[in-house]
Amino acid sequence: MSISSLALYVLVIGMMYFYVGQRTSLEQRANGDVRLHSLPHYYGLWTGLLSALPAFILLVIFAVGDDIVFAQMVKQYYPAAVLEQDVAQQTIAFARVMNVVDGIRFGNPEQWVLDAGAAWITWQATSEMLMSVIVLAVALGGGLIGYRQIAPDFRSRNGVERIILWGLVASSTVAILTTVGIVLSVLFESIRFFQLIPPQDFILGLEWNPQFEGAERAGSGNGEATYGMLPMFVGTLLISTVALTVAVPVGLFSAIYLAEYATPRVRSVVKPLLEILAGVPTVVYGFFAALTVAPFVRSAGEAIGLEVASESALAAGLVMGVMIIPFISSLSDDVINAVPQSLRDAAYGLGSTKSETVRQVVLPAALPGIVAAVILAVSRAIGETMIVVMAAGLAANLSFNPLDAVTTVTSQIVTILVGDQEFESAKTLSAFALALMLIIITLALNFFALQIVKKYREQYD
Amino acid sequence: MTDSRGRLSPQEAAKRVAATLGRRGSSEKRFRYLGVAAISTALMFLVLLFSGILSNGLPGMFQHYVTLEVYLDKERMDPQGDMSAASLYAGDSGKIVNESVLKALGEPKGRMAKKAARSIMSSASDQRLAQFAVANPELIGQTVPVKFALDDDIDSFMRGFISRETPQSERRINDQVITYVDRLNEAGLISYEISDYLFFGSASRNAEIAGIKGALIGSILTLAVCLVIAFPLGVATAVYLEEIAPKNRFTEIIEININNLAAVPSVVFGIMGLAIFIVAFGMPRSIPLVGGVVLALMTLPTIIISSRAAIRAVPPSIRDAALGIGASRMQTIFHHVIPLAMPGMLTGTIIGMAQALGETAPLLMIGMVAFIVDVPTGVVEPATALPVQIFMWADFAERMFIQKTSAAIIVLLAFLITMNAAAIVLRKKLERRW
Repeated sequence: MSISSLALYVLVIGMMYFYVGQRTSLEQRANGDVRLHSLPHYYGLWTGLLSALPAFILLVIFAVGDDIVFAQMVKQYYPAAVLEQDVAQQTIAFARVMNVVDGIRFGNPEQWVLDAGAAWITWQATSEMLMSVIVLAVALGGGLIGYRQIAPDFRSRNGVERIILWGLVASSTVAILTTVGIVLSVLFESIRFFQLIPPQDFILGLEWNPQFEGAERAGSGNGEATYGMLPMFVGTLLISTVALTVAVPVGLFSAIYLAEYATPRVRSVVKPLLEILAGVPTVVYGFFAALTVAPFVRSAGEAIGLEVASESALAAGLVMGVMIIPFISSLSDDVINAVPQSLRDAAYGLGSTKSETVRQVVLPAALPGIVAAVILAVSRAIGETMIVVMAAGLAANLSFNPLDAVTTVTSQIVTILVGDQEFESAKTLSAFALALMLIIITLALNFFALQIVKKYREQYD
Repeated sequence: MTDSRGRLSPQEAAKRVAATLGRRGSSEKRFRYLGVAAISTALMFLVLLFSGILSNGLPGMFQHYVTLEVYLDKERMDPQGDMSAASLYAGDSGKIVNESVLKALGEPKGRMAKKAARSIMSSASDQRLAQFAVANPELIGQTVPVKFALDDDIDSFMRGFISRETPQSERRINDQVITYVDRLNEAGLISYEISDYLFFGSASRNAEIAGIKGALIGSILTLAVCLVIAFPLGVATAVYLEEIAPKNRFTEIIEININNLAAVPSVVFGIMGLAIFIVAFGMPRSIPLVGGVVLALMTLPTIIISSRAAIRAVPPSIRDAALGIGASRMQTIFHHVIPLAMPGMLTGTIIGMAQALGETAPLLMIGMVAFIVDVPTGVVEPATALPVQIFMWADFAERMFIQKTSAAIIVLLAFLITMNAAAIVLRKKLERRW
């Protein structure tokens, strides 16, 4: 039976048990003047859950686990020559076996490949049968156990609520599991990368040329693959700096105006309009940057006699700045509004004008929050992907000139990992090392911002 | 300003203040103008962005068609003679289209002239004719007017992107072709209509027949997976953290993790999806199932945070009342707290879904960027998504693709605006103030 139909059967069995359990307890109540411990539907839920839940968990384990077990078992078919080779060759061998399993034939596979494929198919059939029998047996048996427990003084509600509680706990661990998954997936590949390339070469290297990797391995070409991350970090910083140069003044002054000067009507119109900027997908910004802003920057630069690369850091940074404006403005707006009115009143009472109050009282009081907002915006800019993929270049120039084409960490990750890749080459692994750096930096910035907010938050309470 | 260096008489102090008033007044004005300028700059960018997209995108929703008189020759169109779709698609529709266009142009002679005439038509015209025949089998054997798309270069010419003045050698279409297009145009055969390919066509390298149908359905499937996973998980986590969790180390770790996940760049979620689901679990690339799971993990913090706020907004008196008449804690939560917090939770979920709909980078990582012509019908079939389609089209150089990309962006933005508007309406209508 296929997994989906098996899941359907388990569901039907569970619902039948629910019905039977509820009926039984209703009958018990009707038969005499016994008082049930719980409401009848809790007896039904208990039997139904006892039947369906373990069966579903088993089903998932089978569905995920069988291929992993088979992949180990199939190794016994590999000739010794293949087993001695490195992981890349084994991956290829495995792919060839899978082709046989899927009925795709490239050329003439060796006998052992055919044997392994045939064995795989038999295992699959066996495991499917085994899975069907076990899962259905568990579903029927579990329900039977629950059914036999039904008695007026059985505390079924407590049982059901315990199951629900565990469900809630399990759901909230998903956040932890995701973080662990992210860290592990990036960490393992990064460690493999650092076994190939020494960390100091990666972190301090001034040249980034992973594309020579293929040529190097083939023994041709005259380039050497180098993996120095500095050009990309400089590029990322350059674009982020341009972005912040746009976003911080515009965002901050918008926030000040909205919080201190604007009438409620202006505020109610302008604030949502600014938030639209935050809701526009980044791919749209990327298209806008590549299509409109980059040519404009280029021709404007040419008009005043500057040479501008067609994929300049300036264009990408400008558009990224626009994307970040609402981020800074709404966070700063909140912070400015949180400054107690008494501080303003005190300043007005001493005769300050509005702008003097803002500059000398409100902004200093709101500064920690504003700094935190800017740090969060920096972390956003560093992690932003689509704008730089579409509007920044791919050439890893180590340059501080915003008119040059530079590349960024995220756009290199995308370039390396999009499409088919072999998982054993240093080039592919380098993307994971870059991602590791990206995670470390963004999390550090985030942590830093939260610390600032925490430290200064309750100053006026 | 008055200072404390020496004693000033009140008159002297007032005089000194009065002397600074003009300067302070204009500084006040400057500050105010800076604020106005900042807001105008931001709004100007907004206007530029939207006007750029609309000015390219609205024409992108239309395209030029030519209506030709076509003799639907049964013998050639239906080689197997059973009128089945397979037979009609295998027929010689291409030649029939060519003959029709030559006829409309007055049977030009010579190889070059014929080639020029053929180049007017979209290269997918044969499929369109076969499709037409499948839809209208009763018309086979007659001569009927059929509408075909023009080639994208001709379309660009009709829109004025290719100028007659440019020397022939630098133009994508030659003088002969222009003469023919003019002739068709004068005969009133060329029309400018809403593009049916945009909404009902699938991915193609030919600009005139490329459409977003496959990408749109891929996006919907991906979002469905995302919703089915993220909503229950997010609500369950929020309920646990707000209503049940004791203040201990474990709870703290969960909260820190949720905050961290909210800060992780989206492309990193894609890398995790690639390393765990595709490489480690061996799931296929490019499928909405993996895309949906990755997006669900990405939107989880948004949903958790807004659901927690919604649960917190339910006043304690409700819980006390329920507990007071003998409900258990779970009954209180499931019968009272969750229903009352539902509008807020749904609002957060819709906003999270809108985020997920616009997200591109993680989907690139898990291979949803592949060129997929077939419209996906399930979550385990290769698919692409609307923002990814936009990304791919943005790379193509043809003039018409710029307009198609913008048109696709309009569709994406329309979805996003609808979702956000729904969230706002929901919040206004259903949220209760206590």
